[in-house]
Amino acid sequence: MKVKVVVTLKSGVLDPQGKAIQQTLNGMGFANVKDVRQGKYFDIDIDESDEQKAKLSAEEICKKLLANQVIEDFKII
Amino acid sequence: MNSSVIIFPGSNCDRDMDVALKKFGFKNKMVWHDDDKLPQSDLIVLPGGFSYGDYLRCGSIAGKSKIIQSVIDFANSGGLVLGICNGFQILTETGLLKGVLQQNKNIEFICKNIFVKVNNNENKFFENIDKDVLELHIAHNEGNYFCTEDELKSLEDNNQIAAYYCSSDGKVDDKSNPNGAIKNIAGIFNKKKNILGMMPHPERMIDQSLSGEDGSIFFENLLKNLK
Repeated sequence: MKVKVVVTLKSGVLDPQGKAIQQTLNGMGFANVKDVRQGKYFDIDIDESDEQKAKLSAEEICKKLLANQVIEDFKII
Repeated sequence: MNSSVIIFPGSNCDRDMDVALKKFGFKNKMVWHDDDKLPQSDLIVLPGGFSYGDYLRCGSIAGKSKIIQSVIDFANSGGLVLGICNGFQILTETGLLKGVLQQNKNIEFICKNIFVKVNNNENKFFENIDKDVLELHIAHNEGNYFCTEDELKSLEDNNQIAAYYCSSDGKVDDKSNPNGAIKNIAGIFNKKKNILGMMPHPERMIDQSLSGEDGSIFFENLLKNLK
């Protein structure tokens, strides 16, 4: 089954790309954009029919490789 | 003294490092990332570059490569490990060094000479070095060192900060911080000080006609300390 994972920077960790995107949007006239945080999205196909098991695998995958937990959080969606 | 430089797909400072190590008298071997055994070595070097294209996060894929377990075992048994630039990023991804190298604060790739102030001489890398401000070279997009407050306190308490970015006269200030690194940190050690990771490239400063020679001071001194 497919598992979707989003990895984002922890709040408080500097995100210079997000900041640049926000400033560009403000410059384009989207004056109401107050903050942008950039993240990563993964679509993972796991050979597993049990949803619970697939999610457990995904969690391990995130902890061991996809997210650096010093600065990043992950969410399995 | 025997050294080994690990080559990952995308490493691009491996041969510069090989030239530098040999110039100062190391017998150096190149080791491919897909090997699982290290040759007998007194020093292992993880060179700069863009291992695995910097995919996912800089150093993350190299941090799981086949040779890495041998490097981790070597480091944990007290062996000397030096990671320069991408090598530093790999060392943080393996967990051998604390923290992480984030994208430069100004979102620019920075390539220039900088100065660093050596902060700790009580280790094989900097013991007896006769200069405490070195002019070295940086070339990176992700050199902005970051760690949690607790980790920073522990680095400071254990004297694990190897070098700070500074001015030519050794002043550590915001103006001389090229990439936004927390506290101007350019390099750190592990607790035992047998692992050093730093963003600046000493191997690019070993010839007066090309650059400068403060890298020579680093390598000459390192070899002397190992003998």
